[in-house]
This record gives sequence, C-alpha cells and structure tokens, in this order.
Amino acid sequence: MSDGPAAQSPWQTVTITGIEKRTPRVTSFFLQPSRPFAYRAGQHVDVRLTAPDGYQARRSYSIASAPESGETIELAIERLDDGEVSPFFHEVAAVGDEVELRGPLGGHFVWSDSDGGPLLLVGGGSGVVPLMAMIRHRAARKSAVPAALVFSARIWDEVIFRDELIGLHDRRDGFDLVLTLTREAARRPADYSRRVDAAMMVQSMARLPAPPRHAFVCGSNAFVSVAAQALIDAGVPAGFIRTERYGV
Amino acid sequence: MVTRGFFSGRRPPTDADARIPPGQYLEQGFPVLSAGPTPRVRTEDWSFTLKHGPRPIKKWNWTEFNALPLTKMTRDIHCVTAWTKFDTAWQGVLVDDILADAGIEPPTAFTLALSFDGYTTNVPTKDITAGKAMVALLYEGKPITSDHGGPARLLVPHLYFWKSAKWLNGLQFTERDEPGFWELRGYHIYGDPWREQRYTGDP
Ligand SMILES: Cc1cc2nc3c(=O)[nH]c(=O)nc-3n(C[C@H](O)[C@H](O)[C@H](O)COP(=O)(O)OP(=O)(O)OC[C@H]3O[C@@H](n4cnc5c(N)ncnc54)[C@H](O)[C@@H]3O)c2cc1C
Repeated sequence: MSDGPAAQSPWQTVTITGIEKRTPRVTSFFLQPSRPFAYRAGQHVDVRLTAPDGYQARRSYSIASAPESGETIELAIERLDDGEVSPFFHEVAAVGDEVELRGPLGGHFVWSDSDGGPLLLVGGGSGVVPLMAMIRHRAARKSAVPAALVFSARIWDEVIFRDELIGLHDRRDGFDLVLTLTREAARRPADYSRRVDAAMMVQSMARLPAPPRHAFVCGSNAFVSVAAQALIDAGVPAGFIRTERYGV
Repeated sequence: MVTRGFFSGRRPPTDADARIPPGQYLEQGFPVLSAGPTPRVRTEDWSFTLKHGPRPIKKWNWTEFNALPLTKMTRDIHCVTAWTKFDTAWQGVLVDDILADAGIEPPTAFTLALSFDGYTTNVPTKDITAGKAMVALLYEGKPITSDHGGPARLLVPHLYFWKSAKWLNGLQFTERDEPGFWELRGYHIYGDPWREQRYTGDP
C-alpha cells in the first residue's frame, strides 16, 4: 500500500469523436480514450453518466471495433425509449462531449484468431455488437479460421452493420453471413424469415467445413436462451457455447 | 465529472438510497446472466456433495436434501452488471444446517461453490456460515426456474450475485482462496458491493 504507483481510478474520461447512425434504432459512438486502451474482441466497457447533483447511472456496452482498428473504440447503442442511459446517447450526446468509461471488461466472451475455429456466432439485434468485433478482428488479421454469423433482426433495415457484413461475406474468404428476419421476408437467397431454431443452426453449421469448436451467442435474455438451446439441439456440445445476455 | 446534459436520471426514492450500493441502480425485473447455455437439471438427477478438497464428506439426493430444515431469507441482491433488486424472497437450507447434518464444523477457511455446468466461485467460509448463506430451493414460494439456477442455487446475498452460484451441486472446502470461474476472468476475488469490488484490481 505504501510504495508502488499511486492508485489510478479505474474510470477514465473519453471524448466522443464521431457519431454514426446504423439503423433507425441503433447509433454508433466513436470514443477516444485518454489512456492506452488494449482490448480483446468480445469484451465490453462500463459507461458512467453523472448528473449535476452527483447522481450516477452506469451501463455495460460491448465494443464493436476490432482491437486492430486504431485508437478510437466503437460502441453501438440501441435506443430503448423508456430507458435511462440509451436515450441520453441518442438525444443528447454530441461530438466533443465527454463521458466516463472503465474497461475493457470480461474475460470469457472473447475470441482471438489464435483460439482457432471453426467459429459460429449467433446474434440477436444489438447482440451482434461483440460478434462484430470478432468478425472485424478476423478480417483485420486476415485469419483463415472458418466463421459463420447467424444474425437475427426484425427487419432488413434493422440489420446493424449490414453493408459491411455483406461486404465481408462477398469476399468468400471463409466468413459466411446468414440473416434471419423475424418480421419480413428474407432478401438474400439462403436467408431465413423466422426465429432461430435447431434446423437453422444445423444448416448454418453445414456451411462451415467442420463442426464449430467455438460458439458465441449474444442478445436479449430470451434470444440467448432460445439460440443456445437450438445450438445444443443441433449437436453443439454445451461446453463449446459461450453466452452474453443483455438482460431484459 | 458531470456529464453534459444528463439531468433526467432515474433517481431512486430517497428512502431507498441507503439500500443501494455505489454504482448500482434499482431494478424491478429479474435479469438473467450466465456464461453459457442453461443446464436443465432434473431433480431425479440432482445431487449435492459436500467435499473437503477432493474427498467427499457427504452426498444428498433431492429427497434427502429437501428433508433438511428449510429457512426463509428475504434479501436485497446486487448484480455486478449494476442492478439491485430489493426484497427477493428465498427458501432453502442454510449452509449451517448442511454442516450440522454432515456432523462437521467447517474444516477450512475457504469454500468453492460447484455447479453442474462446471462453474465454480470462491467464498470465504465465514461468509456462508452463521446464517449468512443458504442453498436456495424456492424463489417467491415456487421452485427456482432453470434460468435462475434451479433446482438449487447458492444464495450469498451480501456479495455480488455471481457468487450465488446457479445449478449448484456441491460445496468444497479448500485450504487456500482459489479463484473460481469469473474470478479467473477479471472479476474480483471477494466481491463486496458496498466497497464496489467488481473487477480484479478494485480495492
Ligand atoms: C455485457 C453487456 C453488454 C452490453 N452491450 C450492449 C451493446 O453493445 N449495445 C446495446 O445497445 N446494449 C448493450 N447492453 C445493454 C445495456 O447495458 C443497457 O441495458 C441498455 O442500453 C438499456 O439501458 P437504458 O439505461 O437505456 O435502459 P434502462 O433504464 O436500463 O431500462 C431498460 C428497459 O427496462 C425498462 N425499465 C427498467 N427499469 C425501469 C424503471 N424503473 N422504470 C421504467 N422502465 C424501466 C425500460 O422499459 C427499458 O426499456 C449490454 C449489456 C451487458 C450486460
């Protein structure tokens, strides 16, 4: 306690350097940390807002950017109309504003290309965010690990990172994108328009050259329960499946 | 640091303030968090083993375990993802009563909680004895759903809720404080919400 560096607050101030609307309900915020920030694909940060009277609200957000993507980190935040923190980001936050952040956090829901594969990613709505970091990491590393993303969204226009994901799929370098729309007809030939189920998992796994060694499932609690069960029913060993639940 | 333009926060009623640890907010629902798929453990297949190191001391099946004295505990719980929920009502078997049934005093100062899915979490033995913790079997009078860790979960309400291991199948006394699953993955070794011991490196 007496010697060694002075204890540093785990919180740091970050500056919003960019804001980009991704879908009608999801916006990306690019943050510039004030201290070096090394992270792994799949990790999250905690964000803290403080009112003038000292009241604080904090929430967790996954990092969407790849560790290789430079100094700024990207968060993609979905607006919940009656929420406390997400509407602040959507309505108030502007470029140049500062918020407090701590992290990176979480050492379980992480993947790096040295972990190998095949990799099966299953995301619902904003649950795609940490999976996006893995996909971007894979692309940045020019990794040969076979990977597939099954991404469930309500409609085509709510497919977060849609153009980027389709672009990565079209490279045909071992990454496959499977979209499933729950409230609209499928648009791409091999896509689905229903909720995720075991049959969809079996077919999506068949796009990989071998059964997945690592499966990551992220989204709302209800989505994760259904998707993780679908993977088990499709024959993926429970020990290969990692989940991240956004709560409600 | 005051955040520009953040006024509207959802402040808890002032009488609730004293019950909400730093950095937490009040939640009415009951969010679910876990590292992997939800194991569905049937009570026919359920068992609970008390161990000292690798050596089993006593094992109970579901019927035997349910014959142990049941105690009610209504407590506030605090999740590391920052929600706090007031007055959650549990019923189960106090760790003290498990030890009494096995006819032992706690043999070591540390304990690992063991789960069906391989999850472990460490707690000092003094944090789960003297009426502080139980193996919960009922939530609000009903069997605990598998989402929330049923058939049986540990309840250590004064620590962050990841310490209240779901799908519990045993307690193992250890000589040293051995980090469990989340503790090896960046979470605090002890996890006191009132000292905000969320992550490794927090005081
Ligand atoms: C590890 C992790 C990573 C995450 N990553 C992301 C991410 O990348 N992107 C993302 O968008 N989200 C992410 N989340 C979810 C995020 O942390 C927040 O939960 C989310 O943004 C909602 O916060 P909020 O303050 O806007 O809403 P909250 O105020 O928390 O409310 C959430 C919902 O609950 C209801 N609610 C709860 N309490 C009350 C109350 N007292 N009164 C009225 N309504 C209430 C509201 O209707 C609202 O719709 C992540 C969560 C975790 C745990």
